[in-house]
Amino acid sequence: MHLSPDVLIYWQYGFFKINSTIAMTWMLMLVLSLGSKLISRKLSTEIKRSRWQNLLEVIILGIEKQIKEVGLAQPEKYIGFLGTLFLFVAASNLCIIIPGYEPPTGSLSTTVALALCVFVAVPVYGITELGVGNYLKSYMKPTIFMLPFNIISEISRTLALAVRLFGNMMSGTMIVGILVSITPLLFPIFMTILGLLTGMVQAYIFSILAAVYIAAGSRIRTSKSASVVKDQKTK
Amino acid sequence: MDSSTIVAVASIIIAGMSTSFGAIGPALAEGKAVATALSSLAQQPDASSTITRTLFVGLAMIESTAIYCLVVSMILIFANPFWNHFIAQAGGR
Repeated sequence: MHLSPDVLIYWQYGFFKINSTIAMTWMLMLVLSLGSKLISRKLSTEIKRSRWQNLLEVIILGIEKQIKEVGLAQPEKYIGFLGTLFLFVAASNLCIIIPGYEPPTGSLSTTVALALCVFVAVPVYGITELGVGNYLKSYMKPTIFMLPFNIISEISRTLALAVRLFGNMMSGTMIVGILVSITPLLFPIFMTILGLLTGMVQAYIFSILAAVYIAAGSRIRTSKSASVVKDQKTK
Repeated sequence: MDSSTIVAVASIIIAGMSTSFGAIGPALAEGKAVATALSSLAQQPDASSTITRTLFVGLAMIESTAIYCLVVSMILIFANPFWNHFIAQAGGR
């Protein structure tokens, strides 16, 4: 029994090695990108369209609706990043029904990489929305004394994002592994079904939290203008 | 008792205790959150999508504290750094 799929090494040449996490991540990336390339090769705007195009449209529109509900007014700007996060995490968590597959999100290196992407994306979107000065000013939002706490919260929420996804997926595989050795036949199947549910919920949570962080990082001007409008109305 | 035995005993006991005590608080909190969400769903069925989304995000936030405890006990059982240190010392001797 092992804590993460990093330990399973398929091929090694000196320092350079390919473990299960890298192999599965590249496999998923290939399947996702080649699949969407194949489907979007012949798109149609008529009533008669392929069922795969329908599937993609349902997914994209659903993600856009969720992003809009979080408070980001133009989801087209963010769907490239947030949609990719959701699709990758969801696909990697759903593939646990394939025998011999270990979810790459059950390794701390994958989840830390994804959380670092969010950590970088929040200031990038915030600066494009507000400008450098306004964005940096948002760190001392109530008073200047809150500056260290804002920075600490930025780092700790990135850590929490990574450890949450890792812990959920790792505990799923770990529990199934322990149960296989205790009660072999039926019970692990139910835990795998529960793992599918938590996998989808975690993918949703991960992308929604990323969307909430991005919205919080790029919202200052809109809230200020909204309060100005409210003041004018009261006058 | 030599020091490696003390490390083993302490790791096992703390691994069990951290998960069990770490599960108490989140369990109470999640129960309270779900109960409140259900009663507000019964009062305002129109706001179900907003309530459900907020509930899921909040549940994941609450649950992550339990997950941290689980990760700590998993590290203590399967990848204990102190135990590995003593094993390496015993091997080097």
